[in-house]
Amino acid sequence: MVLLLIVSAVTFGIFFLLPKLAGQSTDQLAQQYIGKAPTPADIAAVKKNLGLDKPVYEQYWDFLKGIFVGVDYKFGPEAAKCHVPCFGYSFKTHIEVWPEIQSRLPVTLSLAAGAAVLWVVSGVATGVLSALRPGSIFDRMAMGIALAGVSLPMFFTGALALALFTYQWPIFERSDYVPLLDDPFLWARTLVLPWVTLAFLYSALYARLTRAGMLETLSEDYIRTARAKGLRERKVVVRHGLRAALTPIITVFGMDLGLLLGGALITEQVFSLKGVGAFAVEAINANDLPNILGVTLLAAFFIVMCNLVVDVLYAAVDPRVRLS
Amino acid sequence: MTDSSEDRTAVPSQSAAAGSAAAPTEAAPERDAFLQVRDLKVHFPTDDGLVKSVDGLTFSLEKGKTLGIVGESGSGKSVTSLAVMGLHRASRQQRSKVRMSGEIRLDGKELVSADPDEVRRLRGRRMAMIFQDPLSALHPFYSVGSQIVEAYRVHNDVDKKTARKRAIEMLDRVGIPQPDKRVDDHPHQFSGGMRQRAMIAMALVNNPELLIADEPTTALDVTVQAQILDLIRDLQKEFGSAVIIITHDLGVVAELADDLLVMYGGRCIERGPAEKVFYEPQHPYTWGLLGSMPRIDRDQTERLIPVKGSPPSLINVPSGCAFNPRCPYADVPKDNLTRTVRPELREAGGGHYSACHMAPEERQRIWTEEIAPKL
Repeated sequence: MVLLLIVSAVTFGIFFLLPKLAGQSTDQLAQQYIGKAPTPADIAAVKKNLGLDKPVYEQYWDFLKGIFVGVDYKFGPEAAKCHVPCFGYSFKTHIEVWPEIQSRLPVTLSLAAGAAVLWVVSGVATGVLSALRPGSIFDRMAMGIALAGVSLPMFFTGALALALFTYQWPIFERSDYVPLLDDPFLWARTLVLPWVTLAFLYSALYARLTRAGMLETLSEDYIRTARAKGLRERKVVVRHGLRAALTPIITVFGMDLGLLLGGALITEQVFSLKGVGAFAVEAINANDLPNILGVTLLAAFFIVMCNLVVDVLYAAVDPRVRLS
Repeated sequence: MTDSSEDRTAVPSQSAAAGSAAAPTEAAPERDAFLQVRDLKVHFPTDDGLVKSVDGLTFSLEKGKTLGIVGESGSGKSVTSLAVMGLHRASRQQRSKVRMSGEIRLDGKELVSADPDEVRRLRGRRMAMIFQDPLSALHPFYSVGSQIVEAYRVHNDVDKKTARKRAIEMLDRVGIPQPDKRVDDHPHQFSGGMRQRAMIAMALVNNPELLIADEPTTALDVTVQAQILDLIRDLQKEFGSAVIIITHDLGVVAELADDLLVMYGGRCIERGPAEKVFYEPQHPYTWGLLGSMPRIDRDQTERLIPVKGSPPSLINVPSGCAFNPRCPYADVPKDNLTRTVRPELREAGGGHYSACHMAPEERQRIWTEEIAPKL
């Protein structure tokens, strides 16, 4: 329930605020739709057809309705059916928004999922090992690299990776995204560099988080109890220590993944991947309101969904959450 | 996990021998007592210096007997118990932070120099421990039952079902109602006393021969404290194990302990049969402890007498007798002896030892004339 409220509030905010922020009147919006030098009559016609002449709350209602039941446009030479979920048509290209986003989703999903697996595994593993030997050479090096990972911006590490492994030593040649089902090997090969650079950025954060969490839980009384039982140290660390240290990491992971699924703007730019993020950048550059609306709403949806999943996971991990 | 059988078979014969060999008024701890601690030192190097948490501690304990270790915070009582359990050397990180020497013999097996993994295999099986705060000592994410099952299955090669039956049996034994239902509850669903009972069930699941209770009642309501102490006493009778109770509450040990060991600044300053230490205490620090103990049979307007000053630094332990800066009788022995020479434990008869420079007659006089009337 709360989630639905949040989603609708976000939608509402996006819908009303975006045009205002872009500083555009409805006239200008209509003008965009038509293209060059429209007559006032054209503008009026378009405004009527797109419903821009209606009060804002009605527009909002129509927009919501479009998302859930679709819209039939009955103007122009042929009647068009905009299918569910209908975010309307691009003002610039007159292409339906949703299918366009949909076609780019696999790219972003592949990018985010692959990188997420990489950074969680490497980050958590590094963090645990560091926490087991705080102050050791491994710990210092790992935390130094982590600091670099957190501080270096994506466009730098990405460009560096490209320069080294695509141009200097062409291990990963430049190629367009290949769908997973077409050729899994090529799919992976195109994505390795973006995965690794993205994971480098995030795993640094996760390593530090895990390390701090582990150091804290390993000093808990229940760890001493686990040792007093005569458990092997490995079991103590994983079953008793890591399990408790993972809860804050799950929270951060939900946020990060949600954000990333809404489009990895910089990564997709650097590696010329045509994903949702690239789409968002194009839409903003073109000042294309329906596209911006659609992609923003999608991003909000992913964040909300990921948080929902986090809440469910939390209950599964920590029984104290289940009751309250 | 199946290594238990061969060790186990040796136990009855050896401990029987130990029981008969231990004379009631032994002078020094016999080598064949069930638990034998000899000149134990546990030091922690820190940036500020070497922390001598335990600095030359000797005691012994027979099966079926209870030893009470008393002392204020930082006197080394918890460090001692963790040392016996091998919990200063359980992980690689811990081992890098501690320096241990001396002997800890459990049923003849030396533990200080033993391989940590060997000690681990004894832990939870032949010696077990219960802790002060059962809420933080139990893992919040696992059910009470699964934690007991885990403790059982570390040392017993049985399936989950058998272990679960054993867990329910133990919960029932420590007095938890509806154990077959509560077994799946999590620690936060238990009350404080119930949690400590569950902790005890977990510690006793493998019938350990040595049970160490580190301040087992400190975190509990007063009404529950007595129940828990009774439970420990009953279980000890039933299982015949050796018990060490660590506490700063003399009331607790008065009820349970056969022997008492008073620690100060990482050393034993007095030890002996409980009634001796209680009724004829030899050391000024023990007098102080007794004087600071609230008693219901005393007038409420009377104030408690605290031991003046604060516990000694474990890095720069006062030279001579560690208690000398706080001792009202520090100037009684001649030649500034208290401040230059560390007093050794000397027997006052009946296995009652104390470490004080004052002559026994002098102490006797102070105790009967000055201290005892005020208590």
